[in-house]
Amino acid sequence: MATILLVAEQAQGHLKKATLSALTAAQQLAQKNGGQIQGLLIGPGAAKSAQDLAAYVGTVLTVEGAGFEHALAEVHAAAVAEAAKKVGASDVVIAATAYGKDVAPRIAAKLGAGVASDVLAVVSANQFKRAMWAGNAIATVEVATPVKVISVRATEFAAAQKAGSAGSVQTLGVAAPPAKTKFVEFNEVKSARPELTEASVVVSGGRGTKGDFKPIEALADVLNAAVGASRAVVDAGWQPNDLQVGQTGKVVAPKLYIAAGISGAIQHLAGMKGSKTIVAVNKDPEAPIFQVADYGLVADLFKALPELTEEVKKLK
Amino acid sequence: MKILVTVKRVEDYESKIKVKPDNSWIVTEGVNYRANPFDEIAVEEALRLRDTNMPSEVVAVSIGSASAQAEIRSALAMGADRGILVKHDGFLDSDAVARLLQKVVEKEKPDLVLMGKQAVDVDDNVAGQMLAEYLGWGQVTFASKKEALESPEEKAKKPGLKLGADKKSMQAAREVDGGLEVLEVQLPAIVTVDLRLNVPRYASLPNIMKAKKKPIEELLPAALGVDLSQKVKVVRVEAPPARAAGIKVADVPALVKKLHEEAKVI
Ligand SMILES: Cc1cc2nc3c(=O)[nH]c(=O)nc-3n(C[C@H](O)[C@H](O)[C@H](O)COP(=O)(O)OP(=O)(O)OC[C@H]3O[C@@H](n4cnc5c(N)ncnc54)[C@H](O)[C@@H]3O)c2cc1C
Ligand SMILES: Nc1ncnc2c1ncn2[C@@H]1O[C@H](COP(=O)(O)O)[C@@H](O)[C@H]1O
Repeated sequence: MATILLVAEQAQGHLKKATLSALTAAQQLAQKNGGQIQGLLIGPGAAKSAQDLAAYVGTVLTVEGAGFEHALAEVHAAAVAEAAKKVGASDVVIAATAYGKDVAPRIAAKLGAGVASDVLAVVSANQFKRAMWAGNAIATVEVATPVKVISVRATEFAAAQKAGSAGSVQTLGVAAPPAKTKFVEFNEVKSARPELTEASVVVSGGRGTKGDFKPIEALADVLNAAVGASRAVVDAGWQPNDLQVGQTGKVVAPKLYIAAGISGAIQHLAGMKGSKTIVAVNKDPEAPIFQVADYGLVADLFKALPELTEEVKKLK
Repeated sequence: MKILVTVKRVEDYESKIKVKPDNSWIVTEGVNYRANPFDEIAVEEALRLRDTNMPSEVVAVSIGSASAQAEIRSALAMGADRGILVKHDGFLDSDAVARLLQKVVEKEKPDLVLMGKQAVDVDDNVAGQMLAEYLGWGQVTFASKKEALESPEEKAKKPGLKLGADKKSMQAAREVDGGLEVLEVQLPAIVTVDLRLNVPRYASLPNIMKAKKKPIEELLPAALGVDLSQKVKVVRVEAPPARAAGIKVADVPALVKKLHEEAKVI
């Protein structure tokens, strides 16, 4: 029977939400190829988060120890490839986060596998849909190799549900190979707000803010929303890099996306047009963002956003 | 040091992209082509590293049809020293690209390969990582820098990638979820670049003229001994689902009413 290896992502013992979406993709694949899913966790905290993951999958494998302290792609890819061989995996599934994108192609190269990246849908046991040309086209790709690597766009799959009974956890004896890369430091961008890709409401600002995000942040606060940005904003250094929404940034699909002072370039739309309800506030009635917005308001954001913030407060 | 930089010919992001009626590919007639924007950032970084570490050489490599000469020329016009075209007509998956580049790297023996993080046609974000694995090298993906694009460092065109004093390693910041991670990688290495690493220069007219005389070597996949059979095939291309047209609301109270009563999202 085919085995699908789900590479889970965790930090300090906390499972990333994107992994549960990747699990849903793996479950859909299992329905097509009759396979059974095993989870894999690597690095410090793996044993702890394995308990969480075991609520969802039958078998969870963990790899910990020297050399796995940091998520170095070459080291993690080697461990995943070894695990894949041990369990005879037909497929390796991983969320297309920064980590997943870094490591998945190396896993594929190690296994002689083809990789379908940032997959939107599972069509069959070897066909997957994915976006190309900034989402101007959706391609169906066929992975022709016996072993396949699939990275999954988390926003396209709902989080998996817990299984009826808890699965088993096993440690896997895999040693880290010597690495050519070394971790130096992590400059974390701390924020008290919900994580951009996980939030159910996102308020994004564009160049129209002229760098003043106070109205965006005030609205985000009353909506318990994450803050996002266009590339123009991030390039200008007004907001941290990892808030960029779009083709080459984060893909989000909240239940409510509010775009203020964003023109709606195709590269931005590629990262948010899957949102359930889209609101655009822009002073230019011809701005392309209005073509994807469910509700468009032609207004100056510096007037409209504070007013919106007050109205929302009244509702609560 | 010797730096290899990859440049892919892609559809211009300003061109309107439409799917062919038979769903086999996109319509290419009337579409403009240019170098992948990420690759221009890679070329810029390669030039800055060269110019601060003389003597050095920058070699621009493209895999594609004869038309891809144009994108190599634009890298040469930015300042790259010479070009290599691996000539192939038709679609190649990112794996085949990585295996062809592997052969070019084995031939050229660069100290560093700079690539884009993703080609904005297929949007794969795969080739650099695969190449690193095939070569057994370290990688730094999504390379960026701590200094903003408005900073004095950027204005002074300083490299964002920091070559070690012994020139045997390099430090690079990378854009990851939740912040910037700094890695040190032994050379030779693969670095794929993200948007905030630098602002690429424009080619000046004299440099465009000079570029015409710079050499471009042509290589063929068969001569490199690479099997091009696709591991990942594109079997169908469709237009994305359209969003139903929305409405314009008159003012903020009308918007709030819609969001509360109709969409039920606040
Ligand atoms: C390779 C590549 C990748 C890219 N990737 C991304 C990506 O991932 N994400 C992304 O966002 N972009 C991306 N871009 C950039 C994209 O093409 C656009 O340039 C960018 O999205 C524009 O940002 P913006 O809408 O904030 O700015 P602009 O296009 O300048 O729009 C500003 C808008 O604000 C409005 N405005 C001004 N003042 C006010 C006011 N007071 N009140 C209300 N409205 C106001 C204006 O009418 C205008 O519509 C990419 C580009 C390339 C080439
Ligand atoms: N045909 C090609 N010729 C030259 N470089 C390429 C080619 N295809 C991909 N690349 C390089 O690999 C990077 C990542 O591409 P991809 O993985 O296909 O999204 C690009 O930014 C280029 O630098």
